[in-house]
Amino acid sequence: MELFNSLWGALPAELQYLVWTLVKIVVIVLPLMLIVAYYTYAERKIIGYMQVRIGPNRVGPKGWLQPIADAVKLMFKEIVLPTKANKLLFVIAPVITLGPALAAWAVFPFDEELVLADINAGLLYILALTSVGVYGVIIAGWASNSKYAFLGALRSAAQIVSYEIAMGFALVGVLVAAGSLNLGDIVKAQEGGLFSWFWLPLLPLFGVYLISGVAETNRAPFDVAEGESEIVAGFHVEYSGMVFAVFFLAEYANMILISALTALMFMGGWLSPFHGWPLLGPLFDWVPGFFWLVIKTAFFMFLFLWFRATFPRYRYDQIMRLGWKVFIPITIVWIAVVGLAVVYQMPWWFD
Amino acid sequence: MTLEKLIFYALSAVIIAAATMVITRRNPVHSALFLILAFVACSGIWLLAEAEFLAIVLVLVYVGAVMVLFLFVLMMLDIDIAVLRAGFIKMLPLGVVMAIAMAAELILIVGPDNFGLEKYAAPARHAADYSNTEELGSVLYTVYMYPFEIAAVILLVAIIAAIGLTMRKRPDTKYLDPANQVVVKREQRVRMVSMDAEKG
Repeated sequence: MELFNSLWGALPAELQYLVWTLVKIVVIVLPLMLIVAYYTYAERKIIGYMQVRIGPNRVGPKGWLQPIADAVKLMFKEIVLPTKANKLLFVIAPVITLGPALAAWAVFPFDEELVLADINAGLLYILALTSVGVYGVIIAGWASNSKYAFLGALRSAAQIVSYEIAMGFALVGVLVAAGSLNLGDIVKAQEGGLFSWFWLPLLPLFGVYLISGVAETNRAPFDVAEGESEIVAGFHVEYSGMVFAVFFLAEYANMILISALTALMFMGGWLSPFHGWPLLGPLFDWVPGFFWLVIKTAFFMFLFLWFRATFPRYRYDQIMRLGWKVFIPITIVWIAVVGLAVVYQMPWWFD
Repeated sequence: MTLEKLIFYALSAVIIAAATMVITRRNPVHSALFLILAFVACSGIWLLAEAEFLAIVLVLVYVGAVMVLFLFVLMMLDIDIAVLRAGFIKMLPLGVVMAIAMAAELILIVGPDNFGLEKYAAPARHAADYSNTEELGSVLYTVYMYPFEIAAVILLVAIIAAIGLTMRKRPDTKYLDPANQVVVKREQRVRMVSMDAEKG
């Protein structure tokens, strides 16, 4: 230990900072990957029980080792490169999807002081990164040199660009209400109990954001980019082995990210739902904020699975209609309402 | 050389390399992808210049939306490269003259006569809590209110004109009004027929 300390002290300050930041990144990414693995297990179990069957139950007690078995299987499978595929783009595409999904966590506040990079423009940063993720899908579809993959990529591009607008506008409402782009300040602006959180004054935006989030992650009922009944598996039809696994990781990491962001922006992040209430408030004061954040995030993650088990896939023209003709008008109207409420300091939330 | 300078030169090298690839690649999709790389590196340089709002908006608008639509169109078009390159030698002299003229203009404007540290002092560094976004917003909505609003109106006119140009009645589409679809009754779709069982 002493040797370690002296070695550490000998490093220049910049290098210390770099190493320390890398350690923090590992502390965020490793648990995230573990959650992704067990999220897939939870999905199969939950959808299984919703459809009155048991789900995976062979590998390990109650199937707990199933995700590990899947990972090992995918790692040892061959990566098939389609003939005449653009090899570099084909391999790089899954990485482009996964990168932004992980990088967005850099500005995410897990608790009042627990954030890797506490930057002023956190909300903008997240918006920019989530909009970059679509390139993975487009490049994958194009580089595969396959008709089905290409159709999936085109569908996905149009869908994500459309829903990004609604999503961005919903977040504009949040930033008007909070008066800040810093994610930590957005949570602090929701200080108070369950009814002070933004989900209530921004209820239409909350709904739009949640549904657009499902569309943005290409999940059922908006999974036309995969559309296994029409275009086989869409953009990742040619992918196998580990490159496919990276796509899979990215999809689930994105779902977790959207769930966590919804919890942060509309459900008061790490705040306790009983904060400031008589009796119940002091009773739950000892609970760490991180715990509340995890519960809220887990709830939205469960919603993603519930949606998938419940709703049939949207028809493509209906997806476009919902995005452009329903969501965008709703968000524009509600931004005006929130703006007025903030200017005239509507009691309870904005006074 | 400080770390900042190192990052600046690395990003500049990426931009120049990517920009060269944009005009030399044979495949237009590759060109578009290199253009995206150039945009991302540009936003990195803007971050170094403490213009974080512009940097993020560059990624958000140009990389996240405009180039996606560009790629969307480029990937669907079947562009014949041979036709595009047909007049290359014939047009070369004109192209060279144009290039020299453009370069000369650029050097005249941003050359050492008009720019440099002695002409413009390096801007002071801002504190960590300085918000570039807030500063931009407050100037945009007070000092430059009218130009900003006029630009917005011009854009709106352009959008309406674009929609007006492309909108046409198409009687052959099988479009259904979702509202009508939702209120459909069983009687409108199913006809119950009572039939005697066939003997066979």
